[in-house]
Amino acid sequence: MTPIEWGIVGLGLLGAFFAGVASLGILRLPDIYTRAHAASKSDTLGAVLTIAAVALALQTDLSTVKAVFLLTFMFITNPTAAHAIARAAQDQGIEPWTVEDGEGER
Amino acid sequence: MVEFEQALLAIAAAFVIFAVVALYRVYVGPTIHDRVIAVNVMGTNTVIAIALVSAAFDEPVFLDVALVYALLNFLLSIAFSKFNVEHGGVL
Repeated sequence: MTPIEWGIVGLGLLGAFFAGVASLGILRLPDIYTRAHAASKSDTLGAVLTIAAVALALQTDLSTVKAVFLLTFMFITNPTAAHAIARAAQDQGIEPWTVEDGEGER
Repeated sequence: MVEFEQALLAIAAAFVIFAVVALYRVYVGPTIHDRVIAVNVMGTNTVIAIALVSAAFDEPVFLDVALVYALLNFLLSIAFSKFNVEHGGVL
């Protein structure tokens, strides 16, 4: 592989690491608000890094523009969706998790 | 020595595994909001896997599929949070 291909694979592996952190947070964190935090921040970073790798890997001009457009779209909409869902949960009166009422349980 | 396309496909497989891990939260999730957050993460991982497959097989047409999937994923989350609050638990 050429050096730029090593760079693309490195970006993809870094994005996969952050997406793995997001999946671990979805699985392990205690309530809806902390899970929304994991989904909005870590998963967005993983998506942006990996689609940047895809944009570098695609050779033609038009598909690189499409990949950058997809990157920008994910960067804007992914936290917006998590925010909307967390706000809906708060409007329905779901209480945030605190240490007192749930020591170590999910 | 791995080829470049094989490395991209391996990263796509990792994203699919992370989506399957999030499926546990869709099944268990105490409230319906947990399920929607997990479905949102699964959709994001699916979009990235489609984009990586597009780069690995050098098929730029697949990027259009990824864009439409990302739009539908966002629409699902927004529509869910609107409907569930304003109509009192339709879904």
